[in-house]
Amino acid sequence: MPMMMLKGNESTAYAAKLARVKVVPAYPITPSTVFPEKVSELIANGEMDAEFLPVESEHSALSAAIGAAATGVRTMTATASQGLAFMNEILYIASGMRLPIVMAIGNRALAAPVNIWADQQDTMMVRDSGWIHFYAETNQEALDLTIIAFKVSENENVLLPALMGMDAFVLTHTMEPVNVPEQKDVDAFLGEKEINYPVLDPSKPATFGAFVFPEHYMEFRYSQYIAMEHAKKVIDDAFEQFNKIFGRGYSKVSGFQVEDADILFITMGSMTGTARETVRKLREEGEKVGLVKITVFRPFPKDEIIEITKNAKVIAVVDRNISPGFAGAIFTEVAASFTNVKNRPKIIDFILGLGGRDIRVENYEEIYKRSKKAMRGKFEEVQWIDVDEESVKEVEGSL
Amino acid sequence: MNYEDMEFFAPGHRACAGCAAPIIVKWVLKLAGPNTIVVNATGCLEVFSTPYPHSAWRLPWIHVAFENASATASGIEAALKAMGKKEGTNIIVFGGDGGTSDIGIQSLSGMAERGHDVLYVLYDNEAYMNTGIQRSSSTPFGAWTTTSQVGPSKPLGKEEFKKPIADIMAAHKIPYVATANPAFLPDFKAKVQKALSIKGPKFIHTISSCTTGWRHDPSKTIEIMRLATETGIFPLWEIENGDFGHRKITYMPKQRKPVEEYLKPQGRFRHLFSEPEKIKEIQKMVDDWWAQYEHPQ
Ligand SMILES: Cc1ncc(C[n+]2csc(CCOP(=O)(O)OP(=O)(O)O)c2C)c(N)n1
Ligand code: SF4
Ligand SMILES: [Mg+2]
Repeated sequence: MPMMMLKGNESTAYAAKLARVKVVPAYPITPSTVFPEKVSELIANGEMDAEFLPVESEHSALSAAIGAAATGVRTMTATASQGLAFMNEILYIASGMRLPIVMAIGNRALAAPVNIWADQQDTMMVRDSGWIHFYAETNQEALDLTIIAFKVSENENVLLPALMGMDAFVLTHTMEPVNVPEQKDVDAFLGEKEINYPVLDPSKPATFGAFVFPEHYMEFRYSQYIAMEHAKKVIDDAFEQFNKIFGRGYSKVSGFQVEDADILFITMGSMTGTARETVRKLREEGEKVGLVKITVFRPFPKDEIIEITKNAKVIAVVDRNISPGFAGAIFTEVAASFTNVKNRPKIIDFILGLGGRDIRVENYEEIYKRSKKAMRGKFEEVQWIDVDEESVKEVEGSL
Repeated sequence: MNYEDMEFFAPGHRACAGCAAPIIVKWVLKLAGPNTIVVNATGCLEVFSTPYPHSAWRLPWIHVAFENASATASGIEAALKAMGKKEGTNIIVFGGDGGTSDIGIQSLSGMAERGHDVLYVLYDNEAYMNTGIQRSSSTPFGAWTTTSQVGPSKPLGKEEFKKPIADIMAAHKIPYVATANPAFLPDFKAKVQKALSIKGPKFIHTISSCTTGWRHDPSKTIEIMRLATETGIFPLWEIENGDFGHRKITYMPKQRKPVEEYLKPQGRFRHLFSEPEKIKEIQKMVDDWWAQYEHPQ
């Protein structure tokens, strides 16, 4: 299989080509813009056989994707931040209509103030939209998870759209060696697109997007809930099958040095690499620390997280997002996962890396230090790392 | 093939008695025939035709949201092309004036600019009827709505002019733009037929009386829409490829009736009759428009 030097956005464009995506409506936004550019180039070169729609907004990009998916073809788009926010209304309609659309996200901060760098606030904002969420740590993962996303989305027990997040610039614009799969292997993995759901077909008229009264609405929502529950197993199966064909294994959560660790970082996305480095370093210093990486955020891998952290005394969640008035989104999910668990670890939320601030080994060392202290005593539930508290105090006053 | 004896829009929907929208839809679909996919913007038509689990549509039909029917249609067209099935399949959008001239104008303009092979039919009832008669940019000057209320400080109702959406679409230089009135059925049918025979984006602006919002007797729908054209308020024309110099007037009233005849039977204009100079203003606007096309008699 050919190795290529690819940016994250190019990896997802190659994934679209390999998945034989037929319609790509997209709108430029940093840091996702390279995706439509690359798709346009692949089509112009005759390497990809698809309709590219240079629509006039993200809102229309997803609306056109709905039109295409409802007509029965594989469709993919990409966006980030403000673009995803602009799509919000249509995200819920895509999942409510049970359309297997795949979308690559360059995870970026939300305005105001405007900032184009890595931050996971944008996809956390759409947590409840009924989309499956995958997160890549590397560009290889970005390519693989995009292909896997189609497999899961199109499964007849799922039929839900999926997004695949990769951090702005750190992944979207950074070249990495990527093992680009052979077309025949991807064909074998995905199979011909089966139209296993009703489509807009004049020979079989059907009504999509009807007006539904209270006597039926809840059943539609319950169906969506059940489909997302089904996705749990379908994702595991897809990972397993992918591993068989391509020799690269994935799981919803994966551990590093977890067995005897007292303290576990929980990370998602590109920040994981630095966390792994830190774990190695601290292990050399004799510290009992490990790492859990989240690859699938929706459906939330609750059971897997409880299982993999069972020996830990402190879980240090790393959140590259914040819900003002409470905590970061991953903390909320992890903490809620333990609601009915007896011997639960202490769980602390560390907010860092917002708006592209570098996440460094020293930051994780600080998190580790604070978590170790918390092992024995009291602790603040939400702690900000690498933030200039003094300058903010001058304006906002002290808590 | 002629499908005029067939009904693709089934009876039993929940439109108010006297609503013109079903008449428009029914006739467009009769001319389009069964190889058609319909996209509907949010609005009265969408709501009254698809109360789940019922549907009045005997054709594939999709409603996604209020402002994006044109984008949805663009995606459908792209998908049909990708599948090699576009040939012979009509894609028709029905949108209200809110979904077309206001919140949906961006996606409509995008679809037109990109040149998708779609027929867009605006059924213009001149307000947001589904949410209870709020003004839109397509509400005419002087009309009462629930957000252009009439009172001592605001005797006029809507103070702004109607947005000329069909002219705006013609300015996109798309192959075909027309205005049509179901009260002039042969002209209406000819325009729909012509639009369907042309490749690319087509836009037909139809007038669509709303008995509830215009406040007239449900039996008067056709009569009032006929007056809209006979008074010259809603002229019937077509423009091809943005050639404004050759706007073709397809119905030339022999003697335009005074605008009062159209305004009088509608409750939404009742207050104007205590402001006669405003009626004169409306008459002048109509006369000025026609001055370009009428030869001195
Ligand atoms: C984004 C959004 N904003 C507002 C609404 C509420 N809404 C639904 S229909 C409608 C008015 C529709 O007006 P128009 O397009 O003229 O169609 P009509 O009902 O008059 O036929 C409004 C405001 C909505 N559904 N979506
Ligand atoms: S409110 Fe007006 S547009 Fe809506 S169904 Fe009734 S008559 Fe038709
Ligand atoms: Mg209206």
